[in-house]
Amino acid sequence: MKAFIQGTGSISAQDSTVFPATIREYEGNRLPVADPDYKQWIDIRQIRRMGRVIKMGVGASHISLQDAGLTMPDAIITGTAYGCLADTGVFLNKLVTQQEDMLTPTAFIQSTHNTVAGQIALMLGCHGYNNTFVHGAFSLENALQDGLLLLQEDPARKVLAGALDEITEYSHTILSRFGLYKNAHTQQLLRSGTPGTMAGEGAAFFVLGAEKNARSKAELTGVEMIYRPASAEETAGHIAGFLQRHGLQPADIDLLLTGRNGDVRGDAYYDNIETTLFAGRPVAAFKHFCGEYPTAAAFGMWMAVQALHTGQVPAAAMFKGHAPATLKRVLIWNHQHATHHSLILLTAC
Amino acid sequence: MSEQVWIAGGDVICGTGLNLAACLDAFEKMQPGMGAMQHLRSAHANTFPVAEVKAGNDELAAMAGMPAHWSRTALLSMIAAQAAWNSTGLGAVSNYRVGLVSANTVGGMDKTEHFMETYLQDTATGRLREVVHHECGSITELVADALGVRHHVSTISTACSSGANALMYGARMIRAGMLDAVIAGGTDALTRFTLNGFNTLMILDQQKCRPFDDTRTGLNLGEGAGYVVLVSDRLAEQTTAWCRLSGFANANDAYHQTASSPEGTGNFIAMQGALNMAGVQPADIGYINLHGTGTQNNDSSEGLAIVRLFNGHYPPVSSTKSFTGHTLGASGGIEAVFSAYALRHGIIYPNAQFTTPMKELPFAPVTTFSRGNALRHVMSNSFGFGGNCSSLVFSE
Amino acid sequence: MADLKVQIIQQLNLQEVKPEDIENDQPLFKEGLGLDSIDALELIVLLQQHHNVRIANPEDGPEIFYSVRTMAEYITAEKSKQG
Repeated sequence: MKAFIQGTGSISAQDSTVFPATIREYEGNRLPVADPDYKQWIDIRQIRRMGRVIKMGVGASHISLQDAGLTMPDAIITGTAYGCLADTGVFLNKLVTQQEDMLTPTAFIQSTHNTVAGQIALMLGCHGYNNTFVHGAFSLENALQDGLLLLQEDPARKVLAGALDEITEYSHTILSRFGLYKNAHTQQLLRSGTPGTMAGEGAAFFVLGAEKNARSKAELTGVEMIYRPASAEETAGHIAGFLQRHGLQPADIDLLLTGRNGDVRGDAYYDNIETTLFAGRPVAAFKHFCGEYPTAAAFGMWMAVQALHTGQVPAAAMFKGHAPATLKRVLIWNHQHATHHSLILLTAC
Repeated sequence: MSEQVWIAGGDVICGTGLNLAACLDAFEKMQPGMGAMQHLRSAHANTFPVAEVKAGNDELAAMAGMPAHWSRTALLSMIAAQAAWNSTGLGAVSNYRVGLVSANTVGGMDKTEHFMETYLQDTATGRLREVVHHECGSITELVADALGVRHHVSTISTACSSGANALMYGARMIRAGMLDAVIAGGTDALTRFTLNGFNTLMILDQQKCRPFDDTRTGLNLGEGAGYVVLVSDRLAEQTTAWCRLSGFANANDAYHQTASSPEGTGNFIAMQGALNMAGVQPADIGYINLHGTGTQNNDSSEGLAIVRLFNGHYPPVSSTKSFTGHTLGASGGIEAVFSAYALRHGIIYPNAQFTTPMKELPFAPVTTFSRGNALRHVMSNSFGFGGNCSSLVFSE
Repeated sequence: MADLKVQIIQQLNLQEVKPEDIENDQPLFKEGLGLDSIDALELIVLLQQHHNVRIANPEDGPEIFYSVRTMAEYITAEKSKQG
């Protein structure tokens, strides 16, 4: 079960048209998306109803389709942990403050989690398979797994799969009360050595096909999730097993790309396995570019695909060791609160 | 790899009954579950009937073995998922590679909307334990952890077709050999958020809903949960399976954000795809459990898509939403349990509140409960917002 | 009718449309301003919120919301009924 990535598109805190040559730095406790002009992809009549995350998702999906030279996918699959939070907040606010009176439909309609996948289908006139996963830090991974299954069932398909999440004032305030964030500078975030990270948001999409073609940028070799491992040993065992299932050893991984986010509470978990299973292997990170959110691995995957395509790892991404001279295999390992681990294996093609 | 995917069991909880046996009894006695709100607190309590589960959170928590302050969505899910697993007689979950694929549309919104009342006055207030399970996926995990499911957990949200898509994803993972068994279905509790949302669309009926009736004016919201247990060929040998999940398809109507296309394009593609996968002809279908919400637009689109596909060979059809109300993310799961059980026992469910056939349709729903029908294949439809359309076929 | 145009633009978030761009008799839906059924529901709330006029049956929408003029006439007629 593998796929070729024919196109990618990302809307994030970085300007994807110039990244990684130019990197945006942030100071504070969040990395907001650098909003492009969405009107280049979305008709003005449709844009008026769309919340930010919908515009991000629709925009990133368009970029990936253009990149792949594809006008009509056979399937559209999205992943989102929080869904359309801004519209949910608008409707909740009116519901409470207006005491269930004189409410309007637009925010409610846009609040449903499948809004982005539905909008993409509507704009493309795509009657194909359409699905939305809403499972926290497993949302992207399930979207990718669903895509791989679709290609296994019918290799002729072209699958558009991606993930998206947004920060809103409500969500940021509430999540801050859980002690998740701290004020920092993105250049120092990864080595800050204190609890807390910086919040992020964004959307990234990938066009997947079973056959390699002229547009293919990398191979999506495998995806797995580990739910509530009992210990770091169990996680390490699972990672080794995942590599073995693809005929690989840890030493075959040219670059380990982790979801390290500068929160000592979670980064210790990466430290442990980086120094045992992956001793001596170069390690890179991506959350100092995009911030922490449940579907941030989508940005990491977007960055890794660019690296595999160009053969170059951005120097600013390196955390341990030197950027490898030849880049054949990248393993993305991301975890959220040590309970949700995901593994995405990418291979140069 | 598994050639076939089997339904090894299933159960439900909804406004019609606290379990499948109680629902069957209500169908037979023609007792729909709609009435005035007893548990949801809303300004519209005296305006719109709803099909509430007839138990408070304390009672549900005791049944679920969970704390009563957890979201009602999780409590309902746990009760139905546990009962579904128990119905298979497979023993401990830990003996197999078991996954939980659960659908819901608003996660722990019942708690979030309560939290917002305080939070909106002062953002430093509101109890955080009321938003900790806001995310849809968090509800699924509460249940997975309580059941001891570790091999796969995921949550699907495609509005009203969510539950059906959960069955499809689970079945595909079994076919690919990734899991031995999947508890698949959906859950949703009534919330003010969804009640008011549907009210802004002006599609809530102030009487009991009348699906596929010419006089229909909208839907009634309901709540509940329903799960089937999907198993591989190997596991099916260890249990008495109800039937096979032989066909399924997912398509998008790509017409409008909330409304169905007049001719039901997405509905047609989904039903046709499910028949193709099952390898059966329209005439082989012995009963269709309709999506049948009771809105003007939904029923007309679904009906015309059936006319186009079945072309004169109309099987008995009915909408069990005329008893359960529209349970949103749970409906695909609940109706999959009804449909699979119907096939096993030759049952055709009645459509309640029916008086007047729709002018544009050459067929009308069944109005009486019957057993002993020779059913070989049963279809279940789920269509939703965002153009999401899914259809399932169960076969003996 | 000028006020009504401003209210419509605000309620429906019609970006880049100015009140003077909307003619009194121009159709609001489809080929005119391009509004759809969701906008009709928004306009029902607009009438309720700004003019205290209720529309119970959404099927009356197309006639009342044909143009700014028909909306204004409906408001006037309903107001006179309310006395």
